[in-house]
Amino acid sequence: MAQSEQFCTFFLDGHFFGVPVQQVQEVIRYQEMTRVPLVPQAVRGLINLRGQIVTAIDLRRRLGMSERPADKLPMNVVVRTDDGALSLLVDEIGDVIEAEQKTFEEPPETLKGMRREMIQGVHKLNDRLMHVLDIERACRITEAPEGAVAVR
Amino acid sequence: MAHIGESLLGRLRDGTLVLDGEITTALLAMVDAIRQMLASIEAQGSEGERDDSALISTLTRLQHDPEAARTEAAKLELAKIELAKIELAKIELSKTAAAAGEGSAEAAAPPANIGAILMERTGVTSAEIQRAAALQKEGDPRHLGEILVEQGAVKPADVVEALRVQRTARVSTAASDSTIRVDVGLLDKVMNLVGELVLARNQVLLFANRLKDASFLAASQRLNLITTELQAGVMKTRMQPIGNIWGQFPRTVRDVALSCGKEVRIEMEGKETELDKTIIEAIKDPLTHLVRNSVDHGIELPADRVLAGKDRVGRLTLRAFHEGGQVNIEISDDGAGLDVDRIRKKAAERAVITAEQAARMTERETFNLIFLPGFSTAQKITNVSGRGVGMDVVKTNVEKIGGTVDLQSVLGRGTTVRVKIPLTLAIIPALVVTCGGDRYAIPQVSLLELVRLAPEQAKSGIEMVQGAPVHRLRGRLLPLVYLSRVLDLNDAGESSQQEGRPVNIVVLQAEGRAFGLVVDEINDTEEIVVKPLGKQLKGVNTFAGATIMGDGKVALILDALGLAQKANVVSELHDRTVAEKELSAAEKGAGNRQTLLLFQAGDHGRMAIPLALVARLEEFSRSKVERAGRRKVVQYRGRIMPLIEVAEAVGESSGASTDADSRLQVLVYAERGHSVGLVVERILDIVEEDVVLDRMAERAGILGSAVVQQRVTDMLDVQGVVRAADPDFFTVAAE
Repeated sequence: MAQSEQFCTFFLDGHFFGVPVQQVQEVIRYQEMTRVPLVPQAVRGLINLRGQIVTAIDLRRRLGMSERPADKLPMNVVVRTDDGALSLLVDEIGDVIEAEQKTFEEPPETLKGMRREMIQGVHKLNDRLMHVLDIERACRITEAPEGAVAVR
Repeated sequence: MAHIGESLLGRLRDGTLVLDGEITTALLAMVDAIRQMLASIEAQGSEGERDDSALISTLTRLQHDPEAARTEAAKLELAKIELAKIELAKIELSKTAAAAGEGSAEAAAPPANIGAILMERTGVTSAEIQRAAALQKEGDPRHLGEILVEQGAVKPADVVEALRVQRTARVSTAASDSTIRVDVGLLDKVMNLVGELVLARNQVLLFANRLKDASFLAASQRLNLITTELQAGVMKTRMQPIGNIWGQFPRTVRDVALSCGKEVRIEMEGKETELDKTIIEAIKDPLTHLVRNSVDHGIELPADRVLAGKDRVGRLTLRAFHEGGQVNIEISDDGAGLDVDRIRKKAAERAVITAEQAARMTERETFNLIFLPGFSTAQKITNVSGRGVGMDVVKTNVEKIGGTVDLQSVLGRGTTVRVKIPLTLAIIPALVVTCGGDRYAIPQVSLLELVRLAPEQAKSGIEMVQGAPVHRLRGRLLPLVYLSRVLDLNDAGESSQQEGRPVNIVVLQAEGRAFGLVVDEINDTEEIVVKPLGKQLKGVNTFAGATIMGDGKVALILDALGLAQKANVVSELHDRTVAEKELSAAEKGAGNRQTLLLFQAGDHGRMAIPLALVARLEEFSRSKVERAGRRKVVQYRGRIMPLIEVAEAVGESSGASTDADSRLQVLVYAERGHSVGLVVERILDIVEEDVVLDRMAERAGILGSAVVQQRVTDMLDVQGVVRAADPDFFTVAAE
């Protein structure tokens, strides 16, 4: 039997994304955020997760996509990283799906810039493509503080 | 190796050898080596591959070296003390060995019986001891040791020594009965949970006040009390005596002193002063550096010390004590002290300051130069210090944990470095302010005062120096920083600058410089739990962390130093020019420079009183004025305060309106808890001037005249006026 992996999926600007389910701590509804001045735009703010302060990163901004419509509230996908918990702001949550290793493929050469760096590859599912997000890279904002802004 | 060391110790104990510096060094090296072995056993389960042959041969040589056996009566006392230390170290060592599962014979607990100790250590026969014990039983009131000494069986010093060993053994057994070892990780977790509890308590209190349910309120008050106590208790578990890190200093001092040929005695006071574990760890390195510095730079060579008429042996004193919620640690030596001129010269050489500036700097400012990076006054670089990268690191590290470093020195008499640090880092009192709709917390330690400019004052209160906003605070220019601008809160715009709104200024200090932070609103003070920020936000030094407020929302904690740097308040150049200005001002006014409050009273012209005599400035509505007997009074802070019309007191008609709606400007003068209000027409200004009093105009209530701001101004005789109105005021106040 071929190796398979479970993914927690979500939508961003109509695109279908997934992160390995082992890395996801929880998914919660929109939380009120405290904005943090002077930091890259992708950092939307800080949320209070049961007494723990968690940084929220807007994946739309991080991936250089268009802004989320103001009337749509994002969802929080709280992931575990080496630096503690972190919240990824996404549009909508999808199902947890199982994808086999053989459907995985590296991103096409034509994909460039920030998105290529943060997308490990795609799983060719029956009905659509699922982008696999590289959480470590997506969270590594300190290294390219202006990156997210520059792409936009 | 331990064996050879032991037989060496044995010979020392027997008096065949006399302890000197060389033997001590070798023994200490042995202890180090054994310690390393233990560490490696702990880590890998084996002794590791070591080559100790050099050390072993030194130890062996010392055992047989007749040279080392020189007998100097003067050294004997010192040797005994050193021996005691080594013995104690050995006991310590054997305990560690036991803990590491070594299970050697030495690991057995030290005998608690004094006779047994003496037997083991001095070779007294058991017969002798039994004889002494028998005497004791027969009614001899003396201690066993005394009897033995009298019989000549043992030396007095040995008895003292044995008693010490006995005491140590007793203390350690007692301590192990009432204490347990707890994993630091667990303590950290408990600490975090208590932090959560504090936040939850704040939320509950918020609800309780809103709901106004009496029983709920009572319950929440109880919760409040218990939480506060629990918090204090948990904080205590994390407290450690500073002696824990001082313990290694005698050794450090000895090594450094030996390597530069100095003799130093170390004294410690307040070893038991407790500090939070994290802080203890943070100050360990800075303190070690300061101690090494003192020995290397501070204390002179023995020969120089004798020449200077001091004791050959230098003294290094460490003191720790609590003061005002902070811990003070002083490291002082009785060495050469800092040479102000040499620092100035060196600074000028290095072009840190100009020669002109150097000439004008105060001693204190000059001393602070040594905290600048790359600055060293050492004439030569040694392997211990002198590279100039020490003191600035010390300062940075201490400031990182919210502490301060201050240095005092008298040439030829010694230097004292005072480090002030907060007790704990986890929960701190903070001021909460609002700016651009968000709340921010400012740690109380960096807070100096709060200034509120009423809408009508806002315009005149904020002036511009080449586009940089400043505020005159008691005659000094206070640079203003708009929080909304520093943080680029563009949507907040210039809300704090809008016409018709009061301006709230939070006066902060960073690196000894004061600056005013303009915020939209000042809310309240609160105990906050500091939480670290994620890696993504670490690069922004404007924030010291974040916290969760009573309503569950997150607020950022502002870092005064980071803000100042961001707003360029604390740039080197600026720092200096301001220091210069203050200095020149201070020099000019060496004589009669005073800060004066200028006011107008009735038809009388300008009058002034020293600001120092004014406790407060108050404003009362005229309708608040009541009468007590024939005197005018107002209710002020729950007491009755008599009012004195200054204009009447100096014999002028009071031109004040009697309109009940008008406001009275009152200068409150207080003497030992009693206050009296001086009613004036208008408060004009606060200035700092040289006062040359001309007594020409002297009369009742007026001390004389002086030229203030190019205008003749009468100086009010406050005491005179008060006494005239109320002859009993000073006698009552004095009671």
